[in-house]
Amino acid sequence: MFRAPREEIAVKTRDLAYVALFAAIVAVLGQIPPVPVPGIPVPITAQTLGVMLAGSVLGARRGGLALLLFLAVVAMGAPLLASGAGGLGVFVGPTAGYLYSWPIAAFVVGWLTERFWRRYNLAWALVANLVGGIAVIYAIGIPFTSLYADIPLSASAIGSLAFIPGDVVKAVAASVVAVAVRRAYPVIELPSRRATAG
Amino acid sequence: MLSLYRPGTSLVHRARAGLKLAALAALGTGLFAVARIEVVVAALIGVLAAGLLVARLPAGVLWAQVRPVWLLLTGLFVFHLLLTDPLTGAVAVLRLLTLVLAAAVVTATTRVTALVAVVEWLLRPLEVVGVRPARVGLMVAMTLRFIPVVAERAARIREAQAARGASGMRLGLLVPLLIQVLQLAATLGEALDARGADDVPARRPRRA
Repeated sequence: MFRAPREEIAVKTRDLAYVALFAAIVAVLGQIPPVPVPGIPVPITAQTLGVMLAGSVLGARRGGLALLLFLAVVAMGAPLLASGAGGLGVFVGPTAGYLYSWPIAAFVVGWLTERFWRRYNLAWALVANLVGGIAVIYAIGIPFTSLYADIPLSASAIGSLAFIPGDVVKAVAASVVAVAVRRAYPVIELPSRRATAG
Repeated sequence: MLSLYRPGTSLVHRARAGLKLAALAALGTGLFAVARIEVVVAALIGVLAAGLLVARLPAGVLWAQVRPVWLLLTGLFVFHLLLTDPLTGAVAVLRLLTLVLAAAVVTATTRVTALVAVVEWLLRPLEVVGVRPARVGLMVAMTLRFIPVVAERAARIREAQAARGASGMRLGLLVPLLIQVLQLAATLGEALDARGADDVPARRPRRA
């Protein structure tokens, strides 16, 4: 008979609620009208802010699952993306790679946040959000568009440059919020066994 | 209105959700494997016929899904026109257009519950590693249910802050919103526990 590792199965009910409600937060952030920022060519939408916050607040596993759940709800036809898009169409469009990167990005942000948790401050939060929330997303999205739309990698990369300033602003915002939330309502719990790790 | 589903009784509506998703996946793979213009155009016509003539969807429903990628597709074609050749560009752009339209047809003709059932069925092999497919439906339902709740909380916090003269502070909104939602999630978790939402596998004795 198959024996699964015990702790990995035991996702607490509260975690289900965290994951589901954070998916709802990502959805609500997508409905906030885009903010035009002077000097930045592309208006900032708040949706990838949700990606960073999910990892920063919930940690790797729950953060990644929250985004996976959010994408599942979008795929099932809820028009929850920032553009008011939804359904399966966005998952086969030329920029679908960015969508696919979100759960991975949230996981990486969360993984780094857990590593930094004991000395977490604005600087470490920024590292986690810049690496997980920006580098990971572009590292997946740019080659995807290049392969999928049959254009060179460089063209795909240049096309996404316009979004970088807005993403940096979001990483700073997510970090400020994550530090404040950690102080008031920390959700990530490190297992006591790993007390010396970090 | 939180769903892109358009009720109907056509053949496309009545086709099984799993079949439609499989067809969409096959179309996606097929159009990349066979990058020929006549195949792509035939697929595009087929998808349009299925959506507009068989399923009788309003053109606006399909257009709503194409609109977000329209500019990108045009830019893509111009790019190919300048740097490769028109034929390659036409294949690349029409292929993407076909896939987006096909996905729009599936989305508009398939109930959310049917899609949830397919996801649960797809996840069934993962049961051996501890994934419980029945949870997926519960979590999708919770997310959809709590989107208006979260939005309402956000509006209330914004009003409270405006009343104290703090206007336009979007960042200041997020901290109280997140804390409120996390507290709500903890309460919701207790409520689910009290109703035994998750206790069958979790309390199964595992001393092997």
